[in-house]
Amino acid sequence: MTVAACPGCIAVAPSVEAVAKTATEFDTVIHLALPQIRCAACISGVEGVLATLPSVRAARVNLGAKRVRVVLAQGYDASAALQALNNAGFDAHELDTSALRPAGDDEGRKLLARAAVAGFAMMNVMAVSVAVWSGAGDITRVMFHWVSAAIALPALAFSAVPFFASAFIALRARRMNMDVPIALAILLAATTSLYETFAASGAHTWFDAALSLTFFLLVGRYLEHQARATARSAAAELTALELPRATRLTAEGRETVDVAALMPQDRIALAAGARAPVDGIAEAAAMVDRSALTGEAEPIAIASGDPICAGEVILGSPLSLRVTHRAEDSTLRRLAALVDVAETGKHRYSGIADRAAQLYAPVVHGLAAVAFVVWWGLTGDLHNAIAVATATLIITCPCALALAIPAVTAAMTGRLFRGGVLLKSSTALERLAEVDTVIFDKTGTLTEGVAQLPDLDPAAASVALGLAQASDHPASRALAAALADYRPATLSALKEVSGEGVCGLWNGASVRLGRGDDGPVLYLPDRCFPLPLSETLRTGAAAVVKTLQAQGLEVAMVSGDTQARANALAARLGIKLVHARVRPEDKATLVGDMAERGKRVLMVGDGLNDTAALASAHASLAPATALDAARVASDGVMLGRDLCAVEETLRLARRARSRIRQNLGLAAVYNAVAIPVAVMGFATPLMAAAVMSSSSILVVLNAVRR
Amino acid sequence: MNILIVLIPVSVLLGAAGLAACLWTLRNGQYEDLEGDAARILLESDELSEKDGHNRREAR
Repeated sequence: MTVAACPGCIAVAPSVEAVAKTATEFDTVIHLALPQIRCAACISGVEGVLATLPSVRAARVNLGAKRVRVVLAQGYDASAALQALNNAGFDAHELDTSALRPAGDDEGRKLLARAAVAGFAMMNVMAVSVAVWSGAGDITRVMFHWVSAAIALPALAFSAVPFFASAFIALRARRMNMDVPIALAILLAATTSLYETFAASGAHTWFDAALSLTFFLLVGRYLEHQARATARSAAAELTALELPRATRLTAEGRETVDVAALMPQDRIALAAGARAPVDGIAEAAAMVDRSALTGEAEPIAIASGDPICAGEVILGSPLSLRVTHRAEDSTLRRLAALVDVAETGKHRYSGIADRAAQLYAPVVHGLAAVAFVVWWGLTGDLHNAIAVATATLIITCPCALALAIPAVTAAMTGRLFRGGVLLKSSTALERLAEVDTVIFDKTGTLTEGVAQLPDLDPAAASVALGLAQASDHPASRALAAALADYRPATLSALKEVSGEGVCGLWNGASVRLGRGDDGPVLYLPDRCFPLPLSETLRTGAAAVVKTLQAQGLEVAMVSGDTQARANALAARLGIKLVHARVRPEDKATLVGDMAERGKRVLMVGDGLNDTAALASAHASLAPATALDAARVASDGVMLGRDLCAVEETLRLARRARSRIRQNLGLAAVYNAVAIPVAVMGFATPLMAAAVMSSSSILVVLNAVRR
Repeated sequence: MNILIVLIPVSVLLGAAGLAACLWTLRNGQYEDLEGDAARILLESDELSEKDGHNRREAR
């Protein structure tokens, strides 16, 4: 299906407004991203699941935008809906509704309305023109001209507004853009035609040319807008993924507030497993997972009064936090801002499109003016000279050339969005297409922390399960999940010591699940079992490595973990190049070294320790589970769990590059043929309009085709 | 040729009717989720389509 068939995004804004009108003011409207939905079954699945919930008043899936809009009854939040969807096997992320409401995205609808009016007028004027061309007599001919004028002028006044407005803005800023020659040509064609109508001289009028030029250009522009809208909604969704909310503790109780509204000395409640939104001070002892910030896999025990940085995950028990820094000053934001600065270097890689269009604009007017002067001088026929100049103006307009690159970029960005990859930078595709080396971060990117166990006898396994179930530690949870087939042993006097482990009494003897050198260790009265946590591979990890290597790309792995563990995993995946025990700053150095050796590196990582490497790599991708800072630093975010998205992204980027080349070729050939024809006076304005707009549409269609 | 005085307005009016219909579909939000609407035709259950109608009303 083409991108044009997926306009979900244009429509989001109006429908949101509509919801606001009818949903009572107490209802909440939320949007959930559903990266995996593809088909009719998914629609009925999602809507069916949501319809059973008491908290949901209405739900409607937008398949094009891969999103569901949910109207919640008063006093409920999204958690029940998210939970139900996850249980039913749909990946769902809540989106920040305010970030999703782009101002005035009914631009697409306006373009379509203008195109419809232009098309209607064009058909009628052309019908009338047939009579004129087949030789209608004097009075009838004049009457037909008047009828054409009566239809064409109001239609042009409405439909051609985008071109006039854009040209006016450009001229006022003393710049040139493609709309200047277009507007000039429409104006020229309309006024000379109007003059002929008044003068009743019997010469041809070009209302049909002006209208068909407007119509076809609007169609091209609508297609382009569609592609862009999808790309834009990808960007909006990226922002919307970050939910800026926190629970503030006040004298009266709890209230949900925007993170931006938190002030120092406020107290906020963090549920177990929650990410601290701001820097603060813990008000009780707790376990925190700093892996996102430091790459350390082991949770750290902190005491009451210790500082907690934004981005750290609270484990074990809920915790209250006294805010020390406002959200925008918090560590993560500071880091994100640093990355922003580092990123500007990347943006200097400016697209070819702008340069091409800029260079071309003066040529158009020059050629048209020269054609006009020469034809007038040579033949003395003003009417014909204007016709030739108008045709030249229309034909030489670099629309196809200017569309060649952005149309492809927008279409491919949109297609990636529908495949679950959100691209942020418009030049990212160009850079991704050049990638020849892919570096994966290990923990969190290639692997997910789930335990795989050695052989245990049933008694030991049941004790291990009993102990593991008593704790919320990620290692314990992973163990409990891996041991789910056993029955937990009956244990008494269970106690969890922060950072040490869980201990208890089993048949009167003391047993313990504690920290070892290489993951947790189970201590029984007479024996002990090391329970190494081998991480499981993320879905598609092996497949993506194999495919990338088959395509001739160099694949490397980088990790802060021990050499042995990294090597073991690399061997399973078939990765030959392994960099273990790498500190965060060295990751960036590593990427830099590779770049110096002429490699174009794609970095795939998720932690804060990858951030610098992500920002300095030629191109970068992060999974949606990645930290804010990592997502900010990377060119794209993969929404799904499957790593195959990496390969898909590279493939589409390369396809985008070949489409861009095809389009530039098409535009060049078109100009090489059409311009001489127009300047030599062989083209009427109508022919020029048809040829020029069909070249634009051809370029756009080439971009949006599969 | 006098027939033209009738025929031209008639042809223009017919075109205008088509235009009006097109603009109505636009206002009506029928281009909101083309892919979704194409898929929804495959959903069979009456109950679901009722709920669907309900949802549409709710969401509007």
